[in-house]
Amino acid sequence: MRVVVDFDLCESNAVCMGIAPEVFEVRDDDFLYVLDETPSEDLRPKVEEAVRRCPKQAISIED
Amino acid sequence: MPFGAVTIVGGSLAGLTAAQTLRGEGFDGTITVVEPELGDPYDRPPLSKEVLAGTWGPERVVLGAAKADLDLTWERGHHAVRLDLQDRSVQLGDGRRLPFETLVLATGATPRTLPGAAALGGVHVLRTLDDCLALRADLDAEPDRVVVVGAGFIGAEVAATCRGRGLPVTVLEAAPVPLERVLGAAMGAVCADLHRSHDVDLRLGVGVDHLVADDGGRVRAVALADGSVVEASVVVVGIGVAPRIDWLAGSGLTIDDGVVCDEHLRAAPGIVAVGDIVRWPSRRFGRSLRLEHWEHAVQSGEAAARTLLAEGGLIDRPLEAYDPVPWFWSDQYDRKIQLAGLSGPDDRVEVVIGDTAEHRFVALYGRDDRVVAVLGMNRPRHVMQLRALVAEGASFDEGLARARELA
Ligand SMILES: Cc1cc2nc3c(=O)[nH]c(=O)nc-3n(C[C@H](O)[C@H](O)[C@H](O)COP(=O)(O)OP(=O)(O)OC[C@H]3O[C@@H](n4cnc5c(N)ncnc54)[C@H](O)[C@@H]3O)c2cc1C
Ligand code: SF4
Repeated sequence: MRVVVDFDLCESNAVCMGIAPEVFEVRDDDFLYVLDETPSEDLRPKVEEAVRRCPKQAISIED
Repeated sequence: MPFGAVTIVGGSLAGLTAAQTLRGEGFDGTITVVEPELGDPYDRPPLSKEVLAGTWGPERVVLGAAKADLDLTWERGHHAVRLDLQDRSVQLGDGRRLPFETLVLATGATPRTLPGAAALGGVHVLRTLDDCLALRADLDAEPDRVVVVGAGFIGAEVAATCRGRGLPVTVLEAAPVPLERVLGAAMGAVCADLHRSHDVDLRLGVGVDHLVADDGGRVRAVALADGSVVEASVVVVGIGVAPRIDWLAGSGLTIDDGVVCDEHLRAAPGIVAVGDIVRWPSRRFGRSLRLEHWEHAVQSGEAAARTLLAEGGLIDRPLEAYDPVPWFWSDQYDRKIQLAGLSGPDDRVEVVIGDTAEHRFVALYGRDDRVVAVLGMNRPRHVMQLRALVAEGASFDEGLARARELA
């Protein structure tokens, strides 16, 4: 699984970080960083939840 | 009992999330969606932000769930006008009766307005894409002044977007402080300051008496209860919304400013409600809640779909009570306001990170020595981290200590 964030859409509201802090982090500069672009399969449910709950539809998963 | 069909009334964020969840859980029966609007289902938050600003075209707001292949049977162009629990059918505006097996109520909310507003040109509410495009067209004509009635979140966003377009804006608010009932007086005052620092003419504690029309039937001013008059070329009414439950009157469902449901969002056997219309008992807050938040529309849509599937024996998992920590955001000017939890006017409020004067801070709300909410302005990371305090029911002292570690 590969996590892709469209940074043109992302507004750094940190919803994804709340769901999967192992993968997403919004830092003090208010930008989102993807900590792990190819997280292990056991994180899939969390990443899928982040995809659904991102208010900007900025996250996608490429298998 | 297993079922082979779901009818969803209202094909927008909450209803389509329910559909997506049903398919995601493997439901392969018929899903019928009743929706009066004809175009692609769309997302509402950008309607007061990017689309109104003119930076996004309407094609950019199509909902993710509407792009997915969910094999839906659409009943478009019709309102549901009546629910009959005896013969289990929904009656449509054209007189047809649609029988249903299981039902998702997802009709959302509709804006309150002022008497006489509908008949006047230049007076707007903002809920639908059509509302947004009509208002945008009026803004494109560079009006001399936009008057926003109501300094709630929608009114505040409209004011901010209009200022972003360089238009003079007056905001009229009946309460002495904006958002006082939600955020309390101190944080409401910070919101007032944010508007004033962007040259909004903010008038607090003034009620609207009536709208004044010109000879052509267009609004030209707003007359206030104190006898003064504010000139207006465009008026936007943002005085809140009411759940769309009119069509459920007399159905036998319990209605109380929303469809009253149990903790699994069930209104009756085989019938669930989602999004802006559902009222359910929150264990966490010890009272019933109804939320008008984007994230709640998604989460309740997911939860209610699972309730139906579990009831029908189509999934075999224990259901958790629906009890999220509410979360909401609002973009105003260059600020992101975020609120996690449930704040009230009488809560203890403490700024724990940053400075309200800089409009970049986090505040904790406490009630009965528990952290009940976290408010942030341009502090998304900290709001998300401190949201856990509300989830855990942490004591206020614990909250202060944790916030200090993050600061
Ligand atoms: C301008 C604007 C900006 C917003 N900004 C934010 C924000 O920044 N952050 C945030 O958290 N939330 C925001 N919200 C709130 C959020 O969009 C709503 O909470 C969410 O749309 C609720 O989803 P819903 O599906 O319950 O209702 P709705 O989105 O209202 O959808 C209800 C659907 O039901 C249909 N319908 C109505 N009556 C009937 C009927 N009788 N029969 C059949 N269908 C019917 C409607 O046409 C509509 O498609 C905003 C809302 C608006 C209007
Ligand atoms: S949830 Fe979406 S918009 Fe928010 S920070 Fe994550 S990717 Fe960006």
